Amino acid sequence: MQLDAKIPDGPLEEKWDNHRFSMRLVNPNNKRKFSVIVVGTGLAGASAAATLGELGYNVKAFTYHDSPRRAHSIAAQGGINAAKNYQGDGDSVFRLFHDTIKGGDYRSREANVYRLAQVSVDIIDQCVAQGVPFARDYGGLLDNRSFGGAQVSRTFYAKGQTGQQLLLGAYQALMRQVDTGSVELHTKSEMLEVVKVDGEARGIVVRNLETGEVTSHAAHAVVLATGGYASAYFLSTMAKNSNVTAAWRAHRKGAAFANPSFTQIHPTCIPQSGDYQSKLTLMSESLRNDGRIWVPADPDDERAPADIPEAERDYYLERIYPSFGNLAPRDVSSRAAKRMVDAGHGVGPRKNGVYLDFSDAVGRLGQDKIAERYGNLFEMYQKITNENPYDVPMRIYPAPHYAMGGLWVDYNLMTTIPGLFSIGESNFSDHGANRLGASALMQGLADGYFVLPYTIGDYLAPHLGESPPPTDHPAFAEAEAEVRDKVNGLLSVNGTRSVDSFHRDLGKIVWDYCGMARTEQGLEKARSEIQALRDEYHKDVRVLGENETINQSLEKAGRVADFFELAELMTIDALDRNESCGGHFREEYQTDEGEALRDDEHYAYVAAWGFEGTGEDPSLTKEHLAFENVKLATRSYK
Amino acid sequence: MDLTLRVWRQPSPDAPGSFETYPAEDIDEHASLLEMLDIVNDRLTEQGVEPIAFDSDCREGICGTCGVMVDGKAHGPMENTAACQVHLFNYRDGDTITLEPWRARGFPLRKDLIVDRSAFDEIISAGGYVSVNTGSAPEANLTPVDKGTADLAFDAAACIGCGACVAACPNGAAHLFTSAKLSQLNMLPQGQPERYARTQRMVTIMEEYFGSCTNYGECQAACPQDISIDFIAMMNKDYRKSKFRNRRAS
Repeated sequence: MQLDAKIPDGPLEEKWDNHRFSMRLVNPNNKRKFSVIVVGTGLAGASAAATLGELGYNVKAFTYHDSPRRAHSIAAQGGINAAKNYQGDGDSVFRLFHDTIKGGDYRSREANVYRLAQVSVDIIDQCVAQGVPFARDYGGLLDNRSFGGAQVSRTFYAKGQTGQQLLLGAYQALMRQVDTGSVELHTKSEMLEVVKVDGEARGIVVRNLETGEVTSHAAHAVVLATGGYASAYFLSTMAKNSNVTAAWRAHRKGAAFANPSFTQIHPTCIPQSGDYQSKLTLMSESLRNDGRIWVPADPDDERAPADIPEAERDYYLERIYPSFGNLAPRDVSSRAAKRMVDAGHGVGPRKNGVYLDFSDAVGRLGQDKIAERYGNLFEMYQKITNENPYDVPMRIYPAPHYAMGGLWVDYNLMTTIPGLFSIGESNFSDHGANRLGASALMQGLADGYFVLPYTIGDYLAPHLGESPPPTDHPAFAEAEAEVRDKVNGLLSVNGTRSVDSFHRDLGKIVWDYCGMARTEQGLEKARSEIQALRDEYHKDVRVLGENETINQSLEKAGRVADFFELAELMTIDALDRNESCGGHFREEYQTDEGEALRDDEHYAYVAAWGFEGTGEDPSLTKEHLAFENVKLATRSYK
Repeated sequence: MDLTLRVWRQPSPDAPGSFETYPAEDIDEHASLLEMLDIVNDRLTEQGVEPIAFDSDCREGICGTCGVMVDGKAHGPMENTAACQVHLFNYRDGDTITLEPWRARGFPLRKDLIVDRSAFDEIISAGGYVSVNTGSAPEANLTPVDKGTADLAFDAAACIGCGACVAACPNGAAHLFTSAKLSQLNMLPQGQPERYARTQRMVTIMEEYFGSCTNYGECQAACPQDISIDFIAMMNKDYRKSKFRNRRAS
C-alpha cells in the first residue's frame, strides 16, 4: 500500500490557505450535479451534511438512530477548545497547536493539527450565530474554563452539556437543509457495506432497522462520520449503540486503519460497582478545575474521607505534577490513578476508585457557585451512586472513552479508497496517541464545517459530467448479497449464548491486556484468546427473532462480529509499537519514575494497517511523521 | 433484589399487543432500570423467548433515546430523571414494575416499548434553527448577551427530545417540546430575524401531529430536564403576535 498524506508545501502557517487556493473548485451551478452520501449525524456528520447542503450539493444523510440528534456527540460534557484568547492569558493558534501536538505525545501530523487550531476560532463564531447558549459572564461576553494539558483558559462551555448544545446546533442546521430539500435524511438506516466501482467509492448498502430491508444508494463520494470504537471494551463511556461497523466494513474493502491501539482511558468516571453493569458514566474533566484528587496515604485507612486529616491524604497529582496539578492530561492522570489503586490506596466498597474532593472549592467559592458550574454533574453522580458529592467526595476511576485511532486519512480527509472520506472520531487524524480534553468537539466540527466541504470539491471537480453508477450495477448486487448472507448467517447459528455475553467477555480481554497497561506477553495472550472466543461466537451465539421487524439482538450481533476483528487488530498494533506513548503504555518501556518512554528513532510513525482476511496477519504501512515546527521532547507536566 | 415485571409486548405496529409477566430475580440494587432489562433479556434469550425491544443509547440521561412508562409515569418515579438514570435502590424487594411504551397519537408504536418520534424532527425542520450558512457568522463576541437571557436560553435548550412531555399529557400535546426550542431561539439576539415566521410554522406543524394544551402541567412534572411550562406561555404570546407580524410582512 502506498500512503501519500498530501501535506501542502510551504510554511506551517500558510499551508491551509495555500491549499485552499490551489484546490480545484466546483462552481455553484455545478454543485447540484453532484451527490454525496454522509453516514453518521453526530457533530462531524451533521455539520458536514448541513454545510454541503448549503453549498448546493445533493446530500443523502444516514443514521441508525431514530433521529440525527441522538448521536453520541450529545453526551460530551465539558467543552470545546478554541484559540480565541478572550481571557488574554497568552493563548494563540500556535499555542493550541503546540499543546495538541505535545498532548498527543508527538504522534500526530503537524499540518493537520495546525489547521485544526486555525479553524477553531471560526467554530465558536458559527455556533454562537446558530444560537448555541454558551456560558457567559456578567458583561454578556463568552466565558472560558481550563482543561487538562493546558495552562490557559480556552475552553468554551454550556454547563456540563456542551456536546448536547453543539450537536443540537449542527442538527438544526441539518434539519434546515432537510427542509429546503438539499439533504435527504434516512433514519433507522445502518450502513453495512461501502460499494466500490472501478476502485473508487460510489455508494453504500444499508439495512433498515425497522423492516430489515436492504437497499443500495449511489453517489459521487461517500463520507463516513461514524464515531469511535471504544465500545470494543464493552464497559466504556460510549453509548450502547456506538460501534465500529461502518469503519470496519470500509477497512475490509481496502481503507487502511491507523493506530488502532491508541485508545483513551478517561481518568474521571464513576467506578464500576458490579458485574451487572452495562456501561460506565463519565464525570467531566472540567470538574478537575475545582476538585482535588487524593487517596489515603495509608492503604489500610478505613476511615470516612472527612475523618482523614490533611496530613494523611496524598494529593498525588499535585505532588507529582506540581505545575499542572489536577489538570494533568488524561493519559497521565489515568495511569497515576491506576498506580494508586494497584498499590492498595483505592477507596470505596471495591477499593477501585480515588477521591475527587470539592470541599476546598465549596469553602472558597460557596456551594452556589459550584452548583452553577457543575450542578447537573453532581445530580447525575448522586442518581447513580446514591451519595451526595457536596457532602462526600466523589469516587472516580478511569474508563475507556475515546479512540484516537481510526481510518487513515490524508490532509484532505480522504481514506486510502478514492472517493471515501472519513471525518470526526472515525478518522485517526489529529490527536496522536492522546487527545486533550475539549478537543474532540473541536475536531468533529472543524472537519465537518470547515475542512471537508472544501477538500471534497477538489476530489469531485474532475468528475463533472459523470453520473454515479446505477444501483443495479453488479457491485451493488454483490454488496447486498454479502449483507444478506451475514444477516442470515447470524440468525441461523442458533447457539446458546446471548450477543451481550460474548461482548462482555471480549471487552474484558481487551481491557485486561490492551487497556491502561500493556505487555508483549499479555498482548500475545489476548490475541489468541480473542481468536478462540471469535470462533466460539460464530458457533454458539443465539440471535432470536427475524430479520423483518426491529431486532436489536441482530443489530448487535453484526456489530460485535466486527468488534472481534477490530480487537485483534488493536492487539497487533499494540504489539508492533515497542514504545510507550500517550494512551499506549507498554510496561516494558517506562522511565524510572513510571512515565511513558517514547522511542522517536524507531516509532515516530503512523501505523496504517491493511486488511488481508479474517484471522490473517494484516499488512503494515508506515507514514513517517516529520516534526519541523515543534521540538520532540519528553513530555513533562511536572 | 427480586422484582416482577409486567411488560407490554407487541411484535409489530399492526399486531395486537398484551402484557406479559416476567420474573426479575437476584438483581443488584445498584443496577439501573435498563440494566435490569438487559439482564432479563439475556435470561429470556437463554430460554428461547425473544428479548424485550426497548430504546436506549447513552444511558446518561442526555441523548433522549430511552423512554418508557414506568407504573404509569413517564420515565418512572423520580423527578427530573430519564428512565436510564433510575436505579433499583429506589424500589423495594418484591415490587412489581409495569413497563409500557409512550402512548400518543403523534408517536405510533413500532414494537414492544419502541415508538416512532420522527414528528419531533419535522417540527424542528419547520424553523427550529437560525438560518446562518457555515462561514458567514460574525465574530462571536460582537453581540453580547446578558447573562440572565443566556442562562434562560440554556434552560430551554436543555430539552433532550425524549417525548416524555407528550406521553405524560392527557391530550398528547407537544407544547413543551416545541416551546422549549422556540423560546431558546426567540429570546436570543441571533434568533430575532426569523422569530415570528419560525413561531407560526413550528406551531402549525406541531398541531398536525399532536393534541392541544389545556394547562394540565403534567409535561413539566415528567420532564427529565425540568423544562418549565413558562416557555409554553412565551410561545403562545409569540404565536399571537406572529399572526399580526406575519400579516404585515406578507
